[in-house]
Amino acid sequence: MPEYIENKEIIAQRIARFFKTGDVVNLGIGLPTLVGNYIPKEVTVILQSENGLIGLGPEPAPGGEDKDLTNAGGRAVTILPGGCFFDSATSFGIIRGGHVDYTVLGVLEVDQEGNLANYKIPGKMVPGMGGAMDLVAGSRHVIAATTHFEKSGASKLKRRCSLPLTAAHEVDYVVTDLGFFVVSGHSFILKEVFAPWTAEWIIAHTEADVELAEDILLWEPA
Amino acid sequence: MIAKPVISAREAAALIQPGSVVHIGGFLGCGSPDAIIAALCEAHIGELTIVCNDTAIYDPKTGRKTGLAPLILNHLVRKVITSHIGTNAETQKLMSSGEIEVELVPQGTLAERIRAAGFGLGGILTPTGAGTEVEQGKHVFEVNSRKYLLELPLPGDVAIIKAKKGDRAGNLVYAKTARNFNPIMAPACSLVIAEVEELVEIGTIDPDHVHTPSIFVDYLVTA
Repeated sequence: MPEYIENKEIIAQRIARFFKTGDVVNLGIGLPTLVGNYIPKEVTVILQSENGLIGLGPEPAPGGEDKDLTNAGGRAVTILPGGCFFDSATSFGIIRGGHVDYTVLGVLEVDQEGNLANYKIPGKMVPGMGGAMDLVAGSRHVIAATTHFEKSGASKLKRRCSLPLTAAHEVDYVVTDLGFFVVSGHSFILKEVFAPWTAEWIIAHTEADVELAEDILLWEPA
Repeated sequence: MIAKPVISAREAAALIQPGSVVHIGGFLGCGSPDAIIAALCEAHIGELTIVCNDTAIYDPKTGRKTGLAPLILNHLVRKVITSHIGTNAETQKLMSSGEIEVELVPQGTLAERIRAAGFGLGGILTPTGAGTEVEQGKHVFEVNSRKYLLELPLPGDVAIIKAKKGDRAGNLVYAKTARNFNPIMAPACSLVIAEVEELVEIGTIDPDHVHTPSIFVDYLVTA
Protein backbone atom coordinates (compact mmCIF):
# COMPACT_ATOMS: atom_id res chain seq x y z
CA MET A 1 0.00 0.00 0.00
CA PRO A 2 1.13 3.57 -0.59
CA GLU A 3 1.72 5.86 2.37
CA TYR A 4 -1.58 7.39 3.62
CA ILE A 5 -1.99 11.07 2.80
CA GLU A 6 -5.38 12.56 3.67
CA ASN A 7 -7.50 13.34 0.61
CA LYS A 8 -10.58 15.48 1.23
CA GLU A 9 -11.30 15.95 -2.48
CA ILE A 10 -11.95 12.21 -2.93
CA ILE A 11 -14.47 12.30 -0.10
CA ALA A 12 -16.28 15.28 -1.64
CA GLN A 13 -16.21 13.68 -5.10
CA ARG A 14 -17.82 10.45 -3.88
CA ILE A 15 -20.49 12.14 -1.76
CA ALA A 16 -21.54 14.30 -4.72
CA ARG A 17 -22.58 11.06 -6.48
CA PHE A 18 -25.25 10.31 -3.84
CA PHE A 19 -27.68 12.92 -5.09
CA LYS A 20 -30.40 12.92 -7.73
CA THR A 21 -32.19 15.87 -9.28
CA GLY A 22 -34.61 17.50 -6.83
CA ASP A 23 -32.88 16.38 -3.65
CA VAL A 24 -32.74 19.02 -0.91
CA VAL A 25 -29.23 19.00 0.54
CA ASN A 26 -27.56 20.78 3.45
CA LEU A 27 -23.77 20.93 3.33
CA GLY A 28 -21.97 21.67 6.61
CA ILE A 29 -19.05 24.03 7.07
CA GLY A 30 -15.56 22.85 6.02
CA LEU A 31 -15.06 19.55 4.18
CA PRO A 32 -18.79 19.10 3.37
CA THR A 33 -18.80 22.44 1.51
CA LEU A 34 -16.33 20.93 -1.01
CA VAL A 35 -19.08 18.49 -2.11
CA GLY A 36 -20.76 21.34 -3.98
CA ASN A 37 -17.79 21.50 -6.37
CA TYR A 38 -18.37 17.93 -7.62
CA ILE A 39 -22.13 17.65 -8.18
CA PRO A 40 -22.52 16.37 -11.77
CA LYS A 41 -23.84 18.94 -14.29
CA GLU A 42 -26.84 16.76 -15.17
CA VAL A 43 -27.98 16.66 -11.52
CA THR A 44 -29.77 19.67 -10.01
CA VAL A 45 -29.88 19.61 -6.23
CA ILE A 46 -31.50 22.27 -4.06
CA LEU A 47 -29.05 23.48 -1.45
CA GLN A 48 -30.49 24.57 1.90
CA SER A 49 -28.64 26.84 4.29
CA GLU A 50 -29.95 26.75 7.86
CA ASN A 51 -29.68 30.52 8.35
CA GLY A 52 -32.72 30.78 6.11
CA LEU A 53 -32.64 29.99 2.41
CA ILE A 54 -33.05 27.34 -0.23
CA GLY A 55 -31.46 27.73 -3.63
CA LEU A 56 -28.00 28.59 -2.32
CA GLY A 57 -25.80 29.81 -5.19
CA PRO A 58 -22.06 30.28 -5.56
CA GLU A 59 -19.96 32.95 -3.90
CA PRO A 60 -20.46 36.36 -5.50
CA ALA A 61 -17.79 37.92 -7.70
CA PRO A 62 -15.51 40.27 -5.73
CA GLY A 63 -17.42 43.48 -5.10
CA GLY A 64 -20.78 41.72 -5.52
CA GLU A 65 -21.21 40.89 -1.82
CA ASP A 66 -24.56 41.74 -0.21
CA LYS A 67 -24.45 42.31 3.58
CA ASP A 68 -27.95 40.81 3.86
CA LEU A 69 -27.10 37.56 2.04
CA THR A 70 -24.80 35.12 3.79
CA ASN A 71 -24.53 31.38 4.40
CA ALA A 72 -24.54 29.62 7.78
CA GLY A 73 -20.81 30.28 8.06
CA GLY A 74 -21.38 34.02 7.70
CA ARG A 75 -19.78 34.17 4.22
CA ALA A 76 -21.28 36.19 1.38
CA VAL A 77 -23.22 33.97 -1.03
CA THR A 78 -25.81 34.31 -3.81
CA ILE A 79 -29.26 32.84 -4.36
CA LEU A 80 -30.29 31.05 -7.56
CA PRO A 81 -33.42 32.00 -9.52
CA GLY A 82 -36.41 30.33 -7.84
CA GLY A 83 -34.73 30.27 -4.43
CA CYS A 84 -36.34 31.82 -1.38
CA PHE A 85 -35.71 33.08 2.15
CA PHE A 86 -37.40 32.24 5.46
CA ASP A 87 -36.97 32.75 9.20
CA SER A 88 -35.05 30.43 11.53
CA ALA A 89 -38.16 28.64 12.84
CA THR A 90 -39.20 27.76 9.28
CA SER A 91 -35.64 26.78 8.41
CA PHE A 92 -35.48 24.29 11.27
CA GLY A 93 -39.02 23.15 10.54
CA ILE A 94 -37.70 22.19 7.11
CA ILE A 95 -34.80 20.37 8.78
CA ARG A 96 -36.61 18.58 11.63
CA GLY A 97 -39.66 17.93 9.49
CA GLY A 98 -37.72 15.57 7.23
CA HIS A 99 -37.78 17.90 4.22
CA VAL A 100 -33.99 17.83 3.84
CA ASP A 101 -33.03 14.66 1.95
CA TYR A 102 -29.34 14.68 2.80
CA THR A 103 -27.24 16.44 5.38
CA VAL A 104 -23.47 16.18 5.05
CA LEU A 105 -21.47 16.88 8.21
CA GLY A 106 -17.92 16.74 9.45
CA VAL A 107 -16.80 14.29 12.14
CA LEU A 108 -14.71 14.17 15.29
CA GLU A 109 -15.81 10.57 15.92
CA VAL A 110 -18.45 8.32 14.36
CA ASP A 111 -19.29 4.87 15.64
CA GLN A 112 -20.76 1.63 14.34
CA GLU A 113 -24.07 2.29 16.15
CA GLY A 114 -24.56 5.41 14.04
CA ASN A 115 -23.64 7.84 16.80
CA LEU A 116 -21.92 11.05 15.76
CA ALA A 117 -19.68 13.34 17.82
CA ASN A 118 -18.69 16.50 16.00
CA TYR A 119 -19.34 19.54 18.18
CA LYS A 120 -17.41 19.43 21.43
CA ILE A 121 -14.15 18.35 23.03
CA PRO A 122 -14.71 18.94 26.77
CA GLY A 123 -12.18 21.37 28.21
CA LYS A 124 -10.69 22.09 24.78
CA MET A 125 -13.23 23.09 22.19
CA VAL A 126 -16.75 24.19 23.22
CA PRO A 127 -18.09 26.29 20.34
CA GLY A 128 -21.72 25.15 20.66
CA MET A 129 -23.71 22.81 18.48
CA GLY A 130 -25.23 25.46 16.22
CA GLY A 131 -27.65 23.66 13.90
CA ALA A 132 -25.81 20.33 13.84
CA MET A 133 -28.01 18.48 16.35
CA ASP A 134 -31.19 19.40 14.47
CA LEU A 135 -29.67 18.53 11.10
CA VAL A 136 -28.55 15.08 12.23
CA ALA A 137 -31.78 14.31 14.10
CA GLY A 138 -34.09 15.62 11.38
CA SER A 139 -32.64 15.01 7.92
CA ARG A 140 -33.82 11.95 6.01
CA HIS A 141 -30.27 10.74 5.34
CA VAL A 142 -27.16 11.66 7.29
CA ILE A 143 -23.78 11.41 5.58
CA ALA A 144 -20.71 11.71 7.79
CA ALA A 145 -17.80 13.07 5.75
CA THR A 146 -14.37 12.50 7.22
CA THR A 147 -10.77 11.64 6.61
CA HIS A 148 -10.30 8.07 7.79
CA PHE A 149 -7.66 9.02 10.37
CA GLU A 150 -7.02 11.77 12.89
CA LYS A 151 -3.78 13.73 12.61
CA SER A 152 -2.43 11.39 15.32
CA GLY A 153 -3.13 8.42 13.04
CA ALA A 154 -6.04 7.07 15.11
CA SER A 155 -9.08 5.76 13.24
CA LYS A 156 -12.09 8.12 13.35
CA LEU A 157 -14.46 5.18 12.88
CA LYS A 158 -14.95 3.92 16.43
CA ARG A 159 -16.71 1.03 18.12
CA ARG A 160 -18.19 3.59 20.50
CA CYS A 161 -17.79 7.38 20.50
CA SER A 162 -16.02 8.72 23.58
CA LEU A 163 -16.81 12.41 22.94
CA PRO A 164 -20.21 14.01 23.69
CA LEU A 165 -22.70 13.03 20.99
CA THR A 166 -24.26 15.35 18.46
CA ALA A 167 -26.99 12.74 17.94
CA ALA A 168 -27.58 9.09 18.77
CA HIS A 169 -28.15 6.40 16.11
CA GLU A 170 -28.79 8.83 13.26
CA VAL A 171 -25.82 8.39 10.86
CA ASP A 172 -26.67 6.39 7.72
CA TYR A 173 -23.50 6.63 5.64
CA VAL A 174 -19.84 7.37 6.24
CA VAL A 175 -17.54 8.39 3.40
CA THR A 176 -13.83 8.57 4.15
CA ASP A 177 -10.82 8.92 1.87
CA LEU A 178 -10.50 5.11 1.88
CA GLY A 179 -14.04 3.95 1.28
CA PHE A 180 -17.80 4.27 1.57
CA PHE A 181 -19.53 2.60 4.52
CA VAL A 182 -23.16 1.96 5.47
CA VAL A 183 -23.95 1.98 9.20
CA SER A 184 -25.77 -1.25 10.08
CA GLY A 185 -26.25 -0.43 13.78
CA HIS A 186 -23.66 -2.95 14.96
CA SER A 187 -20.88 -2.55 12.37
CA PHE A 188 -19.72 -0.51 9.39
CA ILE A 189 -20.50 -2.30 6.15
CA LEU A 190 -17.84 -1.52 3.55
CA LYS A 191 -19.69 -0.93 0.27
CA GLU A 192 -16.93 0.63 -1.80
CA VAL A 193 -13.17 0.58 -1.59
CA PHE A 194 -11.44 3.58 -3.14
CA ALA A 195 -8.41 2.68 -5.29
CA PRO A 196 -5.57 2.14 -4.50
CA TRP A 197 -6.68 0.82 -1.08
CA THR A 198 -7.85 -2.74 -0.34
CA ALA A 199 -10.58 -4.03 1.95
CA GLU A 200 -8.04 -5.99 3.99
CA TRP A 201 -5.91 -2.88 4.60
CA ILE A 202 -8.96 -0.82 5.57
CA ILE A 203 -10.17 -3.47 8.05
CA ALA A 204 -6.70 -3.74 9.58
CA HIS A 205 -6.49 0.04 10.06
CA THR A 206 -10.01 0.72 11.41
CA GLU A 207 -10.82 0.56 15.11
CA ALA A 208 -14.50 -0.23 14.51
CA ASP A 209 -15.89 -3.55 13.32
CA VAL A 210 -16.05 -3.56 9.51
CA GLU A 211 -17.99 -6.11 7.48
CA LEU A 212 -17.75 -6.49 3.71
CA ALA A 213 -20.87 -5.88 1.66
CA GLU A 214 -21.85 -8.78 -0.58
CA ASP A 215 -21.84 -6.43 -3.56
CA ILE A 216 -18.66 -4.60 -2.57
CA LEU A 217 -17.21 -2.43 -5.36
CA LEU A 218 -13.86 -0.92 -6.17
CA TRP A 219 -14.19 2.76 -7.08
CA GLU A 220 -11.47 4.43 -9.09
CA PRO A 221 -11.83 8.17 -8.58
CA ALA A 222 -11.44 10.32 -11.68
CA MET B 1 -53.38 52.37 12.21
CA ILE B 2 -51.62 53.91 15.19
CA ALA B 3 -48.16 55.31 14.57
CA LYS B 4 -45.43 54.07 16.90
CA PRO B 5 -42.83 56.39 18.43
CA VAL B 6 -39.75 56.82 16.27
CA ILE B 7 -36.83 57.25 18.65
CA SER B 8 -33.04 57.48 18.50
CA ALA B 9 -30.80 54.52 19.27
CA ARG B 10 -29.72 56.34 22.43
CA GLU B 11 -33.35 56.70 23.55
CA ALA B 12 -33.87 53.01 22.79
CA ALA B 13 -30.93 52.04 25.01
CA ALA B 14 -32.41 54.14 27.83
CA LEU B 15 -35.57 51.98 27.71
CA ILE B 16 -33.55 48.87 28.60
CA GLN B 17 -32.90 48.20 32.30
CA PRO B 18 -29.61 46.67 33.49
CA GLY B 19 -30.15 42.96 34.18
CA SER B 20 -32.87 42.57 31.54
CA VAL B 21 -33.37 39.49 29.39
CA VAL B 22 -32.78 40.84 25.87
CA HIS B 23 -33.46 38.93 22.65
CA ILE B 24 -31.17 40.15 19.86
CA GLY B 25 -31.77 39.26 16.21
CA GLY B 26 -29.02 38.38 13.78
CA PHE B 27 -26.96 35.47 12.46
CA LEU B 28 -23.20 36.02 12.78
CA GLY B 29 -23.98 39.72 12.53
CA CYS B 30 -26.24 39.50 9.45
CA GLY B 31 -29.55 41.14 10.35
CA SER B 32 -28.29 42.53 13.65
CA PRO B 33 -29.56 45.82 15.20
CA ASP B 34 -26.10 47.41 15.19
CA ALA B 35 -27.09 50.99 16.08
CA ILE B 36 -29.00 49.94 19.22
CA ILE B 37 -26.14 47.62 20.21
CA ALA B 38 -23.70 50.53 19.88
CA ALA B 39 -26.01 52.72 22.00
CA LEU B 40 -26.23 50.02 24.71
CA CYS B 41 -22.42 49.98 24.82
CA GLU B 42 -22.24 53.76 25.02
CA ALA B 43 -24.82 53.87 27.85
CA HIS B 44 -23.06 50.92 29.51
CA ILE B 45 -26.26 48.98 30.25
CA GLY B 46 -24.90 45.81 31.86
CA GLU B 47 -25.68 42.56 33.68
CA LEU B 48 -27.74 41.52 30.65
CA THR B 49 -28.97 38.05 29.84
CA ILE B 50 -28.97 37.85 26.07
CA VAL B 51 -30.82 35.37 23.87
CA CYS B 52 -29.32 35.17 20.41
CA ASN B 53 -28.44 32.64 17.73
CA ASP B 54 -24.71 33.22 18.23
CA THR B 55 -22.38 35.76 19.83
CA ALA B 56 -21.36 36.99 16.36
CA ILE B 57 -17.79 37.35 15.20
CA TYR B 58 -14.80 38.65 17.10
CA ASP B 59 -11.33 37.83 15.84
CA PRO B 60 -8.62 39.22 18.16
CA LYS B 61 -5.98 38.78 15.41
CA THR B 62 -7.67 41.13 12.96
CA GLY B 63 -9.89 43.05 15.40
CA ARG B 64 -12.88 42.23 13.17
CA LYS B 65 -16.16 42.27 15.07
CA THR B 66 -19.78 41.96 13.95
CA GLY B 67 -23.28 42.15 15.39
CA LEU B 68 -23.57 41.94 19.16
CA ALA B 69 -19.87 41.18 19.73
CA PRO B 70 -19.33 44.68 21.25
CA LEU B 71 -21.74 43.80 24.12
CA ILE B 72 -19.46 40.88 25.01
CA LEU B 73 -16.28 42.91 24.56
CA ASN B 74 -17.64 45.69 26.82
CA HIS B 75 -18.47 43.18 29.61
CA LEU B 76 -22.18 44.00 29.54
CA VAL B 77 -23.36 40.38 29.46
CA ARG B 78 -23.80 38.11 32.48
CA LYS B 79 -25.47 35.19 30.73
CA VAL B 80 -25.97 34.16 27.13
CA ILE B 81 -28.50 31.63 25.83
CA THR B 82 -27.34 30.73 22.34
CA SER B 83 -26.54 27.96 19.86
CA HIS B 84 -22.97 28.96 18.98
CA ILE B 85 -20.09 30.94 20.45
CA GLY B 86 -17.28 29.48 18.31
CA THR B 87 -16.72 32.58 16.18
CA ASN B 88 -16.27 34.96 19.11
CA ALA B 89 -13.02 34.30 20.95
CA GLU B 90 -13.97 36.72 23.74
CA THR B 91 -17.16 34.80 24.68
CA GLN B 92 -15.11 31.62 25.01
CA LYS B 93 -12.52 33.42 27.14
CA LEU B 94 -15.12 34.98 29.47
CA MET B 95 -16.93 31.63 29.74
CA SER B 96 -13.68 29.94 30.83
CA SER B 97 -12.95 32.67 33.40
CA GLY B 98 -16.50 32.36 34.77
CA GLU B 99 -17.52 35.95 33.96
CA ILE B 100 -20.20 34.85 31.49
CA GLU B 101 -22.55 31.93 31.95
CA VAL B 102 -23.29 30.22 28.63
CA GLU B 103 -26.35 28.04 28.03
CA LEU B 104 -25.91 26.24 24.72
CA VAL B 105 -29.12 25.28 22.92
CA PRO B 106 -29.48 23.54 19.54
CA GLN B 107 -30.36 26.17 16.94
CA GLY B 108 -33.73 24.73 15.96
CA THR B 109 -34.66 24.25 19.61
CA LEU B 110 -33.67 27.85 20.36
CA ALA B 111 -35.96 29.05 17.54
CA GLU B 112 -38.87 26.94 18.81
CA ARG B 113 -38.39 27.96 22.46
CA ILE B 114 -38.55 31.60 21.37
CA ARG B 115 -41.56 30.91 19.14
CA ALA B 116 -43.33 29.05 21.98
CA ALA B 117 -42.86 32.05 24.28
CA GLY B 118 -44.47 34.39 21.78
CA PHE B 119 -47.26 32.12 20.65
CA GLY B 120 -48.74 30.93 23.92
CA LEU B 121 -47.31 27.43 24.03
CA GLY B 122 -46.22 25.72 27.24
CA GLY B 123 -43.18 24.31 25.46
CA ILE B 124 -42.41 22.13 22.48
CA LEU B 125 -41.46 18.47 21.98
CA THR B 126 -38.42 17.96 19.79
CA PRO B 127 -36.34 14.89 18.89
CA THR B 128 -33.25 17.11 18.68
CA GLY B 129 -30.78 16.35 21.46
CA ALA B 130 -32.33 13.00 22.49
CA GLY B 131 -29.55 10.66 23.63
CA THR B 132 -27.08 13.57 24.07
CA GLU B 133 -26.01 15.89 26.90
CA VAL B 134 -28.91 18.17 25.90
CA GLU B 135 -31.34 15.56 27.26
CA GLN B 136 -29.99 15.89 30.83
CA GLY B 137 -32.56 17.17 33.32
CA LYS B 138 -35.40 17.28 30.78
CA HIS B 139 -38.70 15.46 30.59
CA VAL B 140 -38.59 12.84 27.85
CA PHE B 141 -41.77 11.71 26.08
CA GLU B 142 -42.22 8.85 23.67
CA VAL B 143 -44.53 9.65 20.77
CA ASN B 144 -45.08 7.03 18.06
CA SER B 145 -42.03 5.17 19.42
CA ARG B 146 -39.66 8.11 19.00
CA LYS B 147 -38.08 10.01 21.91
CA TYR B 148 -38.85 13.72 22.28
CA LEU B 149 -37.53 16.27 24.76
CA LEU B 150 -39.78 18.86 26.40
CA GLU B 151 -38.20 22.25 25.77
CA LEU B 152 -39.63 25.22 27.65
CA PRO B 153 -40.58 28.68 26.33
CA LEU B 154 -37.92 31.39 26.37
CA PRO B 155 -39.57 34.79 26.85
CA GLY B 156 -37.68 38.08 27.06
CA ASP B 157 -38.09 41.50 28.62
CA VAL B 158 -36.91 43.28 25.49
CA ALA B 159 -36.34 42.33 21.84
CA ILE B 160 -34.02 44.42 19.72
CA ILE B 161 -34.49 43.41 16.13
CA LYS B 162 -33.47 44.64 12.69
CA ALA B 163 -35.58 45.04 9.56
CA LYS B 164 -34.91 46.37 6.08
CA LYS B 165 -38.07 48.40 6.01
CA GLY B 166 -40.75 49.41 8.46
CA ASP B 167 -43.79 51.63 8.27
CA ARG B 168 -44.71 54.06 11.05
CA ALA B 169 -47.28 51.58 12.40
CA GLY B 170 -44.47 49.04 12.96
CA ASN B 171 -45.11 46.61 10.11
CA LEU B 172 -41.73 45.13 9.19
CA VAL B 173 -40.14 43.65 6.09
CA TYR B 174 -36.79 41.86 6.32
CA ALA B 175 -34.15 41.41 3.65
CA LYS B 176 -32.83 38.03 2.54
CA THR B 177 -30.99 36.03 5.21
CA ALA B 178 -31.04 39.08 7.52
CA ARG B 179 -34.49 37.78 8.54
CA ASN B 180 -33.29 34.79 10.64
CA PHE B 181 -34.39 35.11 14.32
CA ASN B 182 -35.83 38.64 14.07
CA PRO B 183 -39.48 37.77 13.28
CA ILE B 184 -39.83 35.14 16.02
CA MET B 185 -38.28 37.34 18.72
CA ALA B 186 -40.83 40.15 18.31
CA PRO B 187 -43.83 38.21 19.72
CA ALA B 188 -41.70 36.68 22.52
CA CYS B 189 -40.76 39.89 24.37
CA SER B 190 -42.67 42.47 26.42
CA LEU B 191 -40.94 45.45 24.81
CA VAL B 192 -39.96 45.36 21.15
CA ILE B 193 -37.67 47.90 19.51
CA ALA B 194 -37.16 47.54 15.77
CA GLU B 195 -34.22 49.15 14.02
CA VAL B 196 -35.13 49.81 10.38
CA GLU B 197 -32.99 50.90 7.44
CA GLU B 198 -35.92 52.55 5.73
CA LEU B 199 -38.94 54.13 7.45
CA VAL B 200 -42.02 54.58 5.25
CA GLU B 201 -45.50 56.00 5.69
CA ILE B 202 -48.44 53.85 6.82
CA GLY B 203 -50.13 52.22 3.84
CA THR B 204 -47.10 52.04 1.57
CA ILE B 205 -46.16 48.44 2.40
CA ASP B 206 -48.39 45.89 0.65
CA PRO B 207 -50.17 44.06 3.52
CA ASP B 208 -49.38 40.79 1.72
CA HIS B 209 -45.66 41.53 2.04
CA VAL B 210 -45.49 42.22 5.79
CA HIS B 211 -43.25 39.74 7.66
CA THR B 212 -43.86 41.04 11.21
CA PRO B 213 -47.32 42.49 11.99
CA SER B 214 -47.24 45.99 13.51
CA ILE B 215 -48.92 44.93 16.79
CA PHE B 216 -45.69 43.21 17.91
CA VAL B 217 -43.60 46.39 17.61
CA ASP B 218 -43.47 49.16 20.27
CA TYR B 219 -40.74 51.52 19.06
CA LEU B 220 -38.92 52.22 15.79
CA VAL B 221 -35.32 53.34 15.40
CA THR B 222 -33.97 54.44 12.04
CA ALA B 223 -30.38 53.57 11.20
